[in-house]
Amino acid sequence: MENEFQPIIVGFLCNWCSYRAADLAGTARVHYAPTMRPIRVMCTARVEPEFVLKALREGADGVLIAGCHPGECHYVEGNIKALRRFTLLKAMLRQFGVEDERVQLVWAAASEGKQLAEAVDRMTEQLRALGPLRWRQRVLGEQPVARHALEVEVGAD
Amino acid sequence: MSAENPHRTRHDPHATPDAGHGERVGVYVCHCGHNIANTVAVEEVAEWAGEQPNVVVARDYKFMCSSLGQELIEQDIQQLGLNRVVVAACSPHMHEKTFRSACQRAGLNPYLFEMANIREMGSWATDDREAATQKAKAQVKGAVERAVRQQPLEPLYVDINPNTLVVGGGIAGLTAALELANAGYHVYLVERDSSIGGHMAKLDKTFPTLDCAACILTPKMVDVANHPNITLMTWSEVLSVHGYVGNFTVRVRKKARYIKEDLCTGCGTCVEKCPVRIIDQNFEVGLGYRKAVYRNFPQAVPKYPVIDTANCTFFQRGKCRACEIVCPTDAIDFNQKDEIVDLEVGNIILATGYEQFDARRVPQYGYGRLANVFTSMEFERMVNAAGPTAGRVVLRDGVTVPKRIAIIHCVGSRDKNYHEYCSRACCMAALKFAHLVHERVPEAEVFNFYIDIRASGKHYEEFYHRVLSEGTHFIRGRVAEVTDAARGPGEEGQLIIQVEDTLIGKQRRIPVDMVILMAGMESRKDARQVAALFGLGCDYDGWFTERHAKLDPVVTMTEGILVAGACQGPKAIPESVAQGSAAAARVAGMMGQRVMKREPVRACIDAASCSGCRICNTLCPYHAITFHEDRKVSEVIPALCQGCGACVAACPSAAISGAHFTRDQVLAQIEGILWDARQPEVLWLEPQ
Repeated sequence: MENEFQPIIVGFLCNWCSYRAADLAGTARVHYAPTMRPIRVMCTARVEPEFVLKALREGADGVLIAGCHPGECHYVEGNIKALRRFTLLKAMLRQFGVEDERVQLVWAAASEGKQLAEAVDRMTEQLRALGPLRWRQRVLGEQPVARHALEVEVGAD
Repeated sequence: MSAENPHRTRHDPHATPDAGHGERVGVYVCHCGHNIANTVAVEEVAEWAGEQPNVVVARDYKFMCSSLGQELIEQDIQQLGLNRVVVAACSPHMHEKTFRSACQRAGLNPYLFEMANIREMGSWATDDREAATQKAKAQVKGAVERAVRQQPLEPLYVDINPNTLVVGGGIAGLTAALELANAGYHVYLVERDSSIGGHMAKLDKTFPTLDCAACILTPKMVDVANHPNITLMTWSEVLSVHGYVGNFTVRVRKKARYIKEDLCTGCGTCVEKCPVRIIDQNFEVGLGYRKAVYRNFPQAVPKYPVIDTANCTFFQRGKCRACEIVCPTDAIDFNQKDEIVDLEVGNIILATGYEQFDARRVPQYGYGRLANVFTSMEFERMVNAAGPTAGRVVLRDGVTVPKRIAIIHCVGSRDKNYHEYCSRACCMAALKFAHLVHERVPEAEVFNFYIDIRASGKHYEEFYHRVLSEGTHFIRGRVAEVTDAARGPGEEGQLIIQVEDTLIGKQRRIPVDMVILMAGMESRKDARQVAALFGLGCDYDGWFTERHAKLDPVVTMTEGILVAGACQGPKAIPESVAQGSAAAARVAGMMGQRVMKREPVRACIDAASCSGCRICNTLCPYHAITFHEDRKVSEVIPALCQGCGACVAACPSAAISGAHFTRDQVLAQIEGILWDARQPEVLWLEPQ
């Protein structure tokens, strides 16, 4: 268990439904994987594709976007806008070879703490099966250099 | 890449968003007693936070929200010259306001404060101390990185329209409307039905005082109709809602009554002479009749009848006109059209009520199949002196007086197959029924089949004991079946209640003449559409969600939209009245301030960068973006903008910025929250 891979998920939670769902999960002491790091946005429509790419590039193994159910958006239909953007982003990520499970869009109403917790658990399991993303290696083509190797090089100068 | 236009950071996603200069951040990590400290190593987080760039001071404290905790922040702002504050504690929905106020008291703009939610989304969500601590550090780092890029903001002040819209004319809505009208504010009361009064108007007596419902309700209805500050709009429905708290525009359809209200005296001659008689499924729940031109009940408010076009001979076949002929004031107008009215209001109180659970959904109880199985609302109408049987308790044949009556509790409530919740009012209504049966048919025997008797209210338990002493039988157990299949002598021609009496641990078969099903309350079928129309949330069962279950029960997440009565959850009359008054008090309190402060979370378009593509124009759900044809640029109207950020994310020129959720702030938070995500043992080199 100890050596099990702990993925890191960045969670973009909308202020009105999903952030409150996550609050409720905590208040109700629903335990779930401590892998999701929350970022509050007013609406999922605020989530730019760039935010997702930035998170993946900075080392996240997955990104979870959570908004209100369709028809229940605080801003009428921001979640639908997010859905459209998400669909396009997924098409792009697929071309980069990023697995579908790594970027997910879920709906969670303010009353659905348990459902949101389950979504995080489910995603954590999926990412665990996939392993680390290593975006820089995979997408940017950067090569890791061991710290000691670099030190040797520097030392040789 | 960004050489052409250094302002457009969007084109250079690799660049770290710039931090300003000279930011001095104070980080405060809260123990919340044991709530956080038991799972997160708060001292460790605070110590670590103190070593982060820009952080001048980092402390941990038992209760940051206490006055001492807040003073700590205020002192540090003044003595250490902090210009950013981060508190790692509970959810911002809990205490963001508290700490913003503390910052403001110390002279710091409240929007230079940021919160890291390490309780609800940290310590309470896991037992893993190591992981929770690591997550807390990440959240703190994200908050610090965000905070240093935050800008001071000034709230927006807008005028409040002093009018209020109340939707629903049941007892909760009536109370709210009267309270506000008495306080001197104008109220529009919109009711879908032809009369106000709601469910309460159908009831005979109210528990536990056995007040006659009509005696206490109808005076209120008349007050509403006559109040100079109330515009009563019955037979009307809300079509759309635009705007925001303080300034809503509500479009209402006044359905055609086909009666000229200015001429009608409410004499009722048209109702009397109308030749069409149909079963009244609405007010009389199928037990009585009404005409094609009708009023729900004689004391209906307003007094004007409506014509039911689906059943009116004239509307269906073009002949009849009996009502028109007999009307002494020529008030009948077959050509009347629906009217669309726009109302300007500052606040909206929803009091749209509940529906009774459809007892047909429990097939084993035989409602709709076995004639003498009644619903509780049918029985209410039956015992009502003004009801279809004039208050006589009779079987479906209309003459036979029942000798043995079964009352089955929790039909559709407290049942995993239907609704898990308790409908709250039915136990007491069942006790009231038992009492009324004893009163009307003294020789009858009454059996109450219950799971638990829920008599938790003022004088409720006493009423239960009164009914017990009247000789009602109480049998504890959920009824398995109501059947007319007799198994032996004594059961023929009767309804048999099959039940496990859990107090004696035996199966029993009890023959009765009449069964009353205490069907529970459920949310209205269109509750979700109504919620979407007004922009508020519903829970799993379709009840409207209040801001806080205990401390803010009548305000919703959407500012300016309040709820009262059973639309928020099952309620009896006293609670509905209390909520109606509470909602009115909240609205009056807000209007007393005359102007209101609004969050400065708004979008803003940089005209110099705007290409005039107009993508944002159609995205905005509030029509808050206008396009200047002359300059070919778009502009956000701050008073209309709600700050969702849809346009900010969509602008291809990055010309729109969203205050308090700017691109730089979010990107910096992402970097901060992932501070530990890069593998520590390797360095990354750019490819050659």
